[in-house]
Amino acid sequence: MPRPVRFNVTPKQVDIHNNIAIAEMPEGSGGEGYFATSLEKVVALGRKNSLWPLPFATSCCGIEFMATMASTYDLSRFGSERLGFTPRQCDLLMVMGTISKKMGPVLRQVYLQMAEPRWVLSVGACASSGGIFDTYSVLQGIDQIIPVDVYVPGCPPRPEAILDGFMRIQELTGNESLRRRNSEHYKALLGSYGIQ
Amino acid sequence: MSLTNEYIQQRLQEKFGEQVSGFEEPYGLLSFETTKANNIKVLQFLFDDEVLRFQFLTDLCAVHYPDDKGRELAVVYHLHNLVDNIRIRFKVFAPVEQPDVYTATSLYSAANWMERETYDFYGVNFVGHPNLKRILNVDEMDYFPLRKEFPLEDQTRIDKDDEMFGRG
Repeated sequence: MPRPVRFNVTPKQVDIHNNIAIAEMPEGSGGEGYFATSLEKVVALGRKNSLWPLPFATSCCGIEFMATMASTYDLSRFGSERLGFTPRQCDLLMVMGTISKKMGPVLRQVYLQMAEPRWVLSVGACASSGGIFDTYSVLQGIDQIIPVDVYVPGCPPRPEAILDGFMRIQELTGNESLRRRNSEHYKALLGSYGIQ
Repeated sequence: MSLTNEYIQQRLQEKFGEQVSGFEEPYGLLSFETTKANNIKVLQFLFDDEVLRFQFLTDLCAVHYPDDKGRELAVVYHLHNLVDNIRIRFKVFAPVEQPDVYTATSLYSAANWMERETYDFYGVNFVGHPNLKRILNVDEMDYFPLRKEFPLEDQTRIDKDDEMFGRG
């Protein structure tokens, strides 16, 4: 018979000294009382570890995302404690679920309202490709209307997969040049979606 | 005397004669057919009659029968008598080349949404509808997706290889 928790005979000692994740220090030179590195690396460090996601959840992938946010999988371990529900505050648009053609302009509007720098994570088969809904009313992948940085496959993906996609976004943000968003290449990319 | 299907049929035939036909009772639900010029008269009669009192429009939709020449599009009305708890159903048929059917919005406000939806998916032109435009699909859509000539799958896709789906 399983023992109720209050009779746990081997309680775990709380270890608060050695298990707090500290972001890795960027390369640079330092000595006692000072540290010097490039601005780009400091900005990247900050961005990478405090992404504010905007969940755009329309169906079952959104349920998986709720599990991802909750304590077992805990998205806030990656510095995303704060989910914003206004696009103007957020860095990362997480699109989870089927996007119908009629919802396409709404999603695009949300993307346009986000300030640069902004990233897009497409979670699940429907958001990435239309999934099983190969039909007249469903958008066959959100990359038809907005640029996507990372695709997470699955129907729906497990929370681990969503976390993996999130970590790949972190990798992108951590390595992105400060000038990328002003580059011709980036402008051409947005231009191909008819944005500015 | 409770309201029976036989009585409803008899009243309708007294009033409309040859204009109503094809009476049947699948699963006890009285169904019949009328001409498309007559649909509002039948609805109004069923609504106003002191005994029949079919005053609730449960559903209004369409069916496409592509092989039935001259009567490809059927518009189906489901009515409910809430007092005696009896339901009936009737159809009108229209040719797909000119699918004009009179609107029921003057009698039932609920028909407004349902007729817009029926127009959206089947292209039935409800004559006299106050705002007949698409409601569920995107405004840019230039066809009526539930007509049988349109395959379910999105025909604009180029990334799906038929061989991968076992139908090459």
